[in-house]
Amino acid sequence: MSIIENHQTDGEPFCDSPKLKARGVGVFYGDKQAIFDVSLDIGANEVIALIGPSGCGKSTFLRCLNRMNDTIDICRITGEILLDDEDIYAPKIDVVPLRARVGMVFQKPNPFPKTIFDNVAYGPRIHGLVNHRHELEEIVEQSLRRAGLWSEVKDRLDAPGTGLSGGQQQRLCIARTIAVDPEVILMDEPCSALDPIATARIEELIDELRDNYTIAIVTHSMQQAARVSQRTAYFHLGQLIEVNPTDLVFTKPQHALTEAYITGRFG
Amino acid sequence: MANKGIPVEMNFSQHISGQFNSDLEAIRSQMMEMGGLVERQVANAIEAITTGDTTPADDIIRREDDVDRMEVAIDQECTQILVRRQPAASDLRMVLAVSRVVRDLERIGDEATKIAVHALEVSGSTNGGYCQQSIRYMGTEVGKMISGALNAFARNDVDGALDVVRNDKLVDQQYSAALRELITYMMEDPRSISQAINILWILRAIERIGDHARNISEQVIYVVSGADVRHSSISEMEERAHKDKDDSSSTGA
Repeated sequence: MSIIENHQTDGEPFCDSPKLKARGVGVFYGDKQAIFDVSLDIGANEVIALIGPSGCGKSTFLRCLNRMNDTIDICRITGEILLDDEDIYAPKIDVVPLRARVGMVFQKPNPFPKTIFDNVAYGPRIHGLVNHRHELEEIVEQSLRRAGLWSEVKDRLDAPGTGLSGGQQQRLCIARTIAVDPEVILMDEPCSALDPIATARIEELIDELRDNYTIAIVTHSMQQAARVSQRTAYFHLGQLIEVNPTDLVFTKPQHALTEAYITGRFG
Repeated sequence: MANKGIPVEMNFSQHISGQFNSDLEAIRSQMMEMGGLVERQVANAIEAITTGDTTPADDIIRREDDVDRMEVAIDQECTQILVRRQPAASDLRMVLAVSRVVRDLERIGDEATKIAVHALEVSGSTNGGYCQQSIRYMGTEVGKMISGALNAFARNDVDGALDVVRNDKLVDQQYSAALRELITYMMEDPRSISQAINILWILRAIERIGDHARNISEQVIYVVSGADVRHSSISEMEERAHKDKDDSSSTGA
């Protein structure tokens, strides 16, 4: 299968109140180009789902949004990514505070080998967000409450985070992410290692978090994309094929490739 | 499906799951089979009323249960596909449309049965001949509408579906004319009222069959273009069906 030449993204890749703006983004791993000329807005307080077959570049694109790809030596990024109209790849940008503003939740829950309390307190401590112990305790409690985990762990904050169930660990990671008060949360298949009940809890949480945060979620589950997002972006072989309101994408997609993917006609 | 901009070696006609293909094909073909049966029911009902021969009427009443059973069976299969496959886009529209169409077909079957029952009541009556011309005309038209709607469904033919919708307007006009004729009979001779009411029910049933055929055509437009044109006027329907179809074909979907 080859790349579509001169492809313009179908639908509505731009929105009225963008939090993040990607313009003409290309990603290269050495000589190999993984993402081609992607322009996309991620609106404030919206959940956008990035879907597409394996290797289509959706995770690579997501990782560009908080410069996680910087950790890969051979990775080179072209184009612009603007957070509140500020280029996040500008030389003056320090990635540490950037990643506090644009947090990330990974596929597999990755709690630190520390207590539940310290897992959540880690970010606020290293970013110097607190001066007193009671402030830290307040942030930890509030973050755990927002992540829907407080009632389950409030009596064992000193227990190791790794001792929690998979779903609880993932909510702990979400609590850790929101403890530093980010503006955007990137989620890379956050439920793929979880059972349906834990998945439902995380999805409920995503819906609640939308009031305060902007969320971009990569998912292989089209039902999940349909449930949690307001807009859906379909990637194919490194190109952004279509972006539209989620209900439209799943009932009447505009592009034949989107239709073929979501109806299971190729994978 | 147009392939603008898409590498030619890609073929989207089949699902990765062969079973999904055959499940979708199965509900489609069973719906067509049910449609064929219902179409015959209507033709027989019109024949019974216009010829006075009640043999087809008995047959229709006997077969009503078959139509009901088919509706339930196809609808159950649609539910199974929704549960097992979680279809999206054109597949979802197809399953929803089949489920809606079989309900309309079942109601057409009910109307054919009503016509058959009234045909038995008016048979042998001296006044059974009211509005025969209208019944014949409307009966033929709705028969054509049912087959037109089913053919349009089979061929994904939006224009064919729109023709059916236009015909429904003609049937409605003929129905109004026939009602005026019946009222005249009833005013002139009150003894004719009970028979005229039988004829009225028959006309009403035929008119309703036209409405159901129109509903089926609306589903064809929904499957092909994605536009939900229920409760729209003909001009709105034409505009939306073609607009959405053009939108889709311009990008190949």
